[in-house]
Amino acid sequence: MDQSSGSIRFILNDTEVAVSDVAPTATLLDYLRLERRLTGTKEGCAEGDCGACTVLVGRLAKDGQGDETLAYESVNACIRFLGSLNATHVVTVEHLARKDGRLHPVQQAMVDFHGSQCGFCTPGIVMSLYGLWLANDKPSRAAIEKALQGNLCRCTGYEPIVRAAEAAARERPSALFDPIARARETVIARLKALRQDKTIVIRRGEDCLIVPVDAADLARVLADHPDATIVAGSTDVGLWVTKQLRSLNPVVFINGIAELQRLESSEAGLTIGAGVSYTAAFEALSAAYPTLGRLIERIGGEQIRNMGTIGGNIANGSPIGDSPPPLIALAATVTLRSSDGTRSLPLEDFFIAYGRQDRKPGEFVESVFVPALPAGERFAAYKISKRRDEDISALLGAFRIALAPDNRVTSARIAFGGMAATPKRAKAVEAALIGQPWSEETIRAAQAAFDTDYQPITDWRATSAYRLLAAKNLLMRFFLESTGETAQLRRFEEVA
Amino acid sequence: MDKSTFEDRSTITGAMHAPLPHDSAHKHVAGTADYIDDMPEPVGTLHGALGLTDRASAEILEMDLSAVAALPGVVCVLTAEDMPHANDISPTHLHDEPVLADGLVQFHGQPAFAVIAETRDIARRAARMARITYRDLPAAIDVADAIAAGGEFVTPPLTLARGDAEGELARAPRRLKGRMRIGGQEHFYLEGHIALAIPGEDDEVTVWVSTQHPSEVQRMVAQVLGVPANAVTVNVRRMGGGFGGKETQGNQFAALAAVAARKLRRAVKFRPDRDDDMTATGKRHDFLVDYDVGFDDEGRILAVEANYAARCGYSADLSGPVTDRALFHADNAYFYPHVRLTSQPLKTNTVSNTAFRGFGGPQGMLGGERIIEEIAYALGKDPLDIRKLNFYGDKDSGRNVTPYHQTVEDNIISRIVDELEASADYRARRAAVIDFNRSSRVIRKGIALTPVKFGISFTLTHLNQAGALVHVYTDGSVHLNHGGTEMGQGVYTKVAQVLAESFQIDIDRVKITATTTGKVPNTSATAASSGSDLNGMAAFDAARQIKERLVAFAAERWQTTAENVTFVANHVRIGEELVPFTELVQQAYGARVQLSAAGFYATPKIHWDRTTGRGNPFYYFAYGAAVSEVSVDTLTGEYMVDRVDVLHDVGRSLNPAIDVGQVEGGFVQGMGWLTTEELWWDEKGRLRTHAPSTYKIPLASDRPKIFNVRLAEWSENAEMTIGRSKAVGEPPLMLPISVVEALSMAVTSVADYRACPRLDTPATPERVLLAVERLKTQQCPSP
Repeated sequence: MDQSSGSIRFILNDTEVAVSDVAPTATLLDYLRLERRLTGTKEGCAEGDCGACTVLVGRLAKDGQGDETLAYESVNACIRFLGSLNATHVVTVEHLARKDGRLHPVQQAMVDFHGSQCGFCTPGIVMSLYGLWLANDKPSRAAIEKALQGNLCRCTGYEPIVRAAEAAARERPSALFDPIARARETVIARLKALRQDKTIVIRRGEDCLIVPVDAADLARVLADHPDATIVAGSTDVGLWVTKQLRSLNPVVFINGIAELQRLESSEAGLTIGAGVSYTAAFEALSAAYPTLGRLIERIGGEQIRNMGTIGGNIANGSPIGDSPPPLIALAATVTLRSSDGTRSLPLEDFFIAYGRQDRKPGEFVESVFVPALPAGERFAAYKISKRRDEDISALLGAFRIALAPDNRVTSARIAFGGMAATPKRAKAVEAALIGQPWSEETIRAAQAAFDTDYQPITDWRATSAYRLLAAKNLLMRFFLESTGETAQLRRFEEVA
Repeated sequence: MDKSTFEDRSTITGAMHAPLPHDSAHKHVAGTADYIDDMPEPVGTLHGALGLTDRASAEILEMDLSAVAALPGVVCVLTAEDMPHANDISPTHLHDEPVLADGLVQFHGQPAFAVIAETRDIARRAARMARITYRDLPAAIDVADAIAAGGEFVTPPLTLARGDAEGELARAPRRLKGRMRIGGQEHFYLEGHIALAIPGEDDEVTVWVSTQHPSEVQRMVAQVLGVPANAVTVNVRRMGGGFGGKETQGNQFAALAAVAARKLRRAVKFRPDRDDDMTATGKRHDFLVDYDVGFDDEGRILAVEANYAARCGYSADLSGPVTDRALFHADNAYFYPHVRLTSQPLKTNTVSNTAFRGFGGPQGMLGGERIIEEIAYALGKDPLDIRKLNFYGDKDSGRNVTPYHQTVEDNIISRIVDELEASADYRARRAAVIDFNRSSRVIRKGIALTPVKFGISFTLTHLNQAGALVHVYTDGSVHLNHGGTEMGQGVYTKVAQVLAESFQIDIDRVKITATTTGKVPNTSATAASSGSDLNGMAAFDAARQIKERLVAFAAERWQTTAENVTFVANHVRIGEELVPFTELVQQAYGARVQLSAAGFYATPKIHWDRTTGRGNPFYYFAYGAAVSEVSVDTLTGEYMVDRVDVLHDVGRSLNPAIDVGQVEGGFVQGMGWLTTEELWWDEKGRLRTHAPSTYKIPLASDRPKIFNVRLAEWSENAEMTIGRSKAVGEPPLMLPISVVEALSMAVTSVADYRACPRLDTPATPERVLLAVERLKTQQCPSP
């Protein structure tokens, strides 16, 4: 194996690094802290929830005109694997201040507004705010809160941090002050040079890490290694490693595969490649289905949405994944690919039982297709969680109905997460609605059918009784909202 | 000699009462503030991990650690037998808390062994490879189990009584009984526990540990090792949050690191991952409160009886003083003419609960405020009116004695509440809320104003002491050390301000140094909100001593009197002459004047007799109040905090920027405790909420959407505290009781405000919805 195929190469702040002796599950955080002694980035939870490990990752992507641009996203270094970083620019908190110690406007605002107390979460918060600062020079409070959804602070109560974010947005000294702006052209050129042109394979003892070049290569790799763990955003697999200490071998990284980043909109609907992150899919989905946009805003924090993919959320088959229920209600189909070709099936059929999906060895989820909502149909998705943002659903309901001119329900597709061992349709409820007038009486009658569809469990997220009651009431919310009544709380009217 | 007065500033930077940024703010934002895991490790540092048990209550029949020891990279495995002198880290000397379980498992996750390995990853992997055989024993997981099992206490209960509560309850025109469940809370300091022990010569060991109580870590390490305290040096520069969770809970990690370091003659670091940290260290106590109140038709309280039963876990830890403080605050700001309060510190097979910001006070107060709510809803009145009717009175009111027989002498609660009521426009907004609820079917609003009165001092009187060590060097720079530990609350900054003020030098001349048992001995925990009060005074005392020597020297050298020597901005005015501070220091050094001093402070006036339940446990009280307005979705129980207004009393603030930060942060942390933070144990006694994926502290988007925090600028401590300031750490945590009561009001709107919803906490969306359902069915029995 020649050298170029045997290493992960990226830019770390202003240094180019090539890592060739690396375990497939080595995390960026451990690399930064243990091997590079960049200790500004902290470990708070090692599961992508607290944001103390936030760094920015810049990568080249094609914009609307087909030009290559360099975009930076906040990510959780604790569950980001090194194997996913080829041809990227990793920016840590140490990169922000000038060599003479002068702080970046984002950092200075955090000092001026007393945004740090114990200081442990602070580097991560600075990096999240820096990501926002780069992307938005007039952030609304909604946008600031969204940028901070993946960062926990236990000391300040956040108010001074939000004020700092507002103040920092206004501080735009010369472009040369900002380390990313300063080096943008150079970094673009260096990243282009770092792009892989062949499969990266790194062996270390028994372990094996593979980064395929394209989808065909991925299919070949999986044919050879049908038991491989496929990693896109690692927001789930990351925890297998940091929490369960599982040994994964081999690991195949797919986040750099361009074909899996497809996001195509047509009259028929939306095709979302398996590698498309929530952030990347947000605009298209929220334009087509506004309530889905609001739902996506509540999935994980910004870092998780930047890493996590809809394809991964489907492929891992979790009963509490947030995207399957709305996609099932929208009658989405999933396309799987292997070296033998592709096949498509309705998404709801993909989930067979708890922990079991209809994915054969050697297959990978290639894309999901979401049909456009026919004119006149109504759709909504509602998530219920203990904490509004950055929480795992206690339950999540998605509703879609079509009404005839006489106000009778002609079709209904309702799917829930958190109510059964898989994301599951509420067929009894649907049956109780179809053919009935769209009225409060119909809703009340149909609510009882939830008892037929679901026998949810009690756990730390909710009791069985609450899940059932809330599910029934969400149907009522769906109805009331269709009549124009306010039946849902919104912290901000605008979508951030 | 510099005699000009023109180009010099007339004031210093960083004096007392200035809104200075945190001393480490620049380092925090740059990522250059070192926490223990960021320090360069000594060559050959080894790493430890805890081996956790998986039974709530069991005898260990056999512990097969062969696979653990055999994993390549494992250097040694420690069990209870490997503790050189004592397998005991019980902070109250009851010998009920082993470092490692010795044959008996008393909670799910109790550490029974520790692995020391070349890397942290290897240690963590090895720790999961033990094969332990158990014989299960009966387990009491929660308060109900403990009572059913006979109600064993981990520490003696307390009774506070005054008057004839029983008789007056029987005679009262109205009487109500109720019960409230109050959940616990995980500290969720962002930096988890960590300890690094470095062996030295002879029996010496140096320990860097994230702790609020270095002196206790020193004692515990010495006790476990069987060496004198003078062999153990404990250092802490800063913690990434503490909140009480690092008052006693760091002892275990420090002790294990020290034992391994001594044994292996190598540096050893313990940094448990978040799950092990949350599983194996204590939390805020959850309580079951039973109350019985007698009152008149106006709502004036005549008598109160209440019992506070607490889940303490398997050992005493600090449960005695925690449950005591619950009783000390069951009155909050209200006069109970006749009262009897009892605590039940119950032993359970759960992790031993510990200190947490407020230290039992919040639970006590929440129970007291529930009583007010009950009365208000029973009489159909605004709870604020019931509150005002029952506030402690002024000096000669005959209504100013607490259940522990201390007279409330500094009462400003009425002024605080009246000002907040006006500035927050409480009455008009309450009317608007009621109006809104009339026309809104699903979304309901609620608003509440609740007060806080919090007693300041350790109730264990001898803890109210502190020391400081101050050196002035010949270049005029000052070295500051004291017993307080920095966990983000800004005590280092405030105490440095005290020195800047005392010497009248710019604060950047003062170097704040890591807390260490080698410089200031026998310190108390940085706890009970006391850090600035105690250490500020101790530093002030040290500065006073040095200044007195400088003044005496200057008076003699310049042939003038001491009254003619004054410290002014970076200078000393000696008679008509203005001498730079540095120059005076150099001359004093040349004249062999000692430029170093150890300061000391002991809080005056306080005394407490626990056996009689009488005394003056508190030096003074801190006051505050908050108005919270919320919206509730009555279909799902989801809610939002729309607006909060706070007026809080910190006396004359030592640093208003830091104090406002403490109020805002305390509010949101308390709100988390009362709303989304839920600890959930399963039937086996396993804590299933042991990481942020399952345990939900507030986010930026949970904070009040409008959040107005003001300090009562007119307030000055009536007592002679440092700069007439007041403690600020804990009191704001209780301000968000107003959030729970606002939720209550929104809930009871479905029953026309006639029923007390009796919301237990945390008031999760689930509890809110189930309360709505309960009240709806009470209102109209038909579905």
